Amino acid sequence: MADRFTKSMARNIYYGGSLFFILLFIGLTWHTNEEMPKQDNRENLTESVIRGKNLWEVNNCIGCHTLLGEGAYFAPELGNVYLRYGKSKEAIKGFIKSRPINGIPGRRSMPQFGFDDQELEDIAEFLKYTSEIDTLGWPPNIQG
Amino acid sequence: MKYTSQAVAKPYFIAALALFAGQIIFGLIMGLQYVMGDFLFPEIPFNAARMVHTNLLIVWLLFGFMGSAYYLIPEECETELYSPKLALIMFWIFLVAGALTIVGYLAMPYATLAKVTGNEYFPTMGREFLEQPTITKIGIVIVILAFLFNIGMTLLRGRKTVITLVLMTGLIGLAVFFLFSFYLPDNLVKDKFYWWFVVHLWVEGVWELILGALLAFVLIKVTGVDREVIEKWLYVIVAMSLITGIIGTGHHFFWIGTPAYWQPLGSIFSALEPIPFFMMAVYAFNMVNQRKREHPNKAATLWAMGCAVMAFFGAGVWGFLHTLAPVNYFTHGTQITAAHGHMAFFGAYAMIVMTIISYAMPMLNGRKEANSRKSQVVEMWGFWLMVSGMVFITLFLTGAGVLQVWLQRFSDNPLPFMVVQDQIAVFYWLREVAAVVFTLGFVVYIVSFFVKGEEATINAS
Repeated sequence: MADRFTKSMARNIYYGGSLFFILLFIGLTWHTNEEMPKQDNRENLTESVIRGKNLWEVNNCIGCHTLLGEGAYFAPELGNVYLRYGKSKEAIKGFIKSRPINGIPGRRSMPQFGFDDQELEDIAEFLKYTSEIDTLGWPPNIQG
Repeated sequence: MKYTSQAVAKPYFIAALALFAGQIIFGLIMGLQYVMGDFLFPEIPFNAARMVHTNLLIVWLLFGFMGSAYYLIPEECETELYSPKLALIMFWIFLVAGALTIVGYLAMPYATLAKVTGNEYFPTMGREFLEQPTITKIGIVIVILAFLFNIGMTLLRGRKTVITLVLMTGLIGLAVFFLFSFYLPDNLVKDKFYWWFVVHLWVEGVWELILGALLAFVLIKVTGVDREVIEKWLYVIVAMSLITGIIGTGHHFFWIGTPAYWQPLGSIFSALEPIPFFMMAVYAFNMVNQRKREHPNKAATLWAMGCAVMAFFGAGVWGFLHTLAPVNYFTHGTQITAAHGHMAFFGAYAMIVMTIISYAMPMLNGRKEANSRKSQVVEMWGFWLMVSGMVFITLFLTGAGVLQVWLQRFSDNPLPFMVVQDQIAVFYWLREVAAVVFTLGFVVYIVSFFVKGEEATINAS
């Protein structure tokens, strides 16, 4: 680098630049939180959905699936599974319930979690709520 | 070794490499599960293997960062470490807590682990990379705070350099942003939004400061280039990292229910994120070309240059490939992401830790400056095998990703996920072959530590 560009100039860019963008980011974070209600489907955040989200978490579903594109890439996207299954909670429950305990020879299979009816209902409600979040048109098609 | 307390770095480095070995084994298992779906099912389901794979990565990199800091700080500050004893106590706490967590992942279903560790009282579990039980997370915070206290006190009473300042800023940032892992709102959009405050602001933010500082330290040592020159570069590089990377977080806010303005903002700023990595590669080569001395540890110099180049390709180029919103619309959450993740983590973070280990381990083992010529040759074989293995893992995953995007997202007749997975299986097989080469490279690398012989000197090399 040219000698005219001194170390203290470099230092000032580091401190000034970082500080400016940290403040900008904090401002944008605040604004995003203000805007969130327009898209995040919070009006449908029922007790059942919250229980479903907890089940989603404590069974580490994200360890195989993606949800709104985030997670592991081993199993299908579930952000829109409610729509893919024809808006049928029963179809979702039926799939989860019917997983064989010892898997399927040679194929990937979801574990059998042994959920009771209430838990199945909660998970289905959570996936329904998720599918109603406004993700600006993502995913590109129903296959997720 | 100039200060005896630098020796506490050694157990940290050994633990880091041992956990890295574990990470590789579980990577191989997952690679097989991609093509033989019932492999180890239901004993080790994919999600458990993945948790072990990614969590071991995080833990071994933290071991590596801490070990590096314990080695670097006394030398830069020109004083002994504040408390080597505290560093050793924290080493054992971290190792035991980490090992118990991994055993928990494998020994019982995740839901049972959540129950046993009382997740219901303070839920934080079940999010990607942050799967650790709440109690483990608290343990991580304690260990990191004790670590920051230890190097902070050393820093206060010693010489302050740009390297230590940048390193300290990065490490404090690491601790601060980890606190967001304790925030788990019911609102999924909010949950995802703040989850990135840990994940993105770590790997595309403050970790880059740690990377820059460690690289600068090794470059000063192996090239003998004037500190003033290197520190000026370091300032500019980390400045660019934060200037692009902070708002660059927006490239994760395209499709998760956050406002549309993140699409242009995230696209533009994250498209600039390769710049600091490009500068890092240019500067590493420049410094080595302008070297004022010949250092007998050729392997460490190779790691330093390799790290800068692989970080540029993995984080910079492969990140840019899918970071623009119109592209990401089709690639989001596909094997393209996996390809990028592998080379970026390996190039930027795994390799910087191995750079420091390569530089410091000879001294920690009582040598003057370097291992024997023979040991270095073996180490460099390990380097090239691992790097080629990772390059091909990345290329094959990219191939899988491009096909996946085409078949599942882009064509007129989009196919279901599992149908597509079957069609791209050949790429997964090739990836597994590349992973075996990578593993071989790791074994060769480990063997190099046990190759004896007379210490390499400049005349002999």
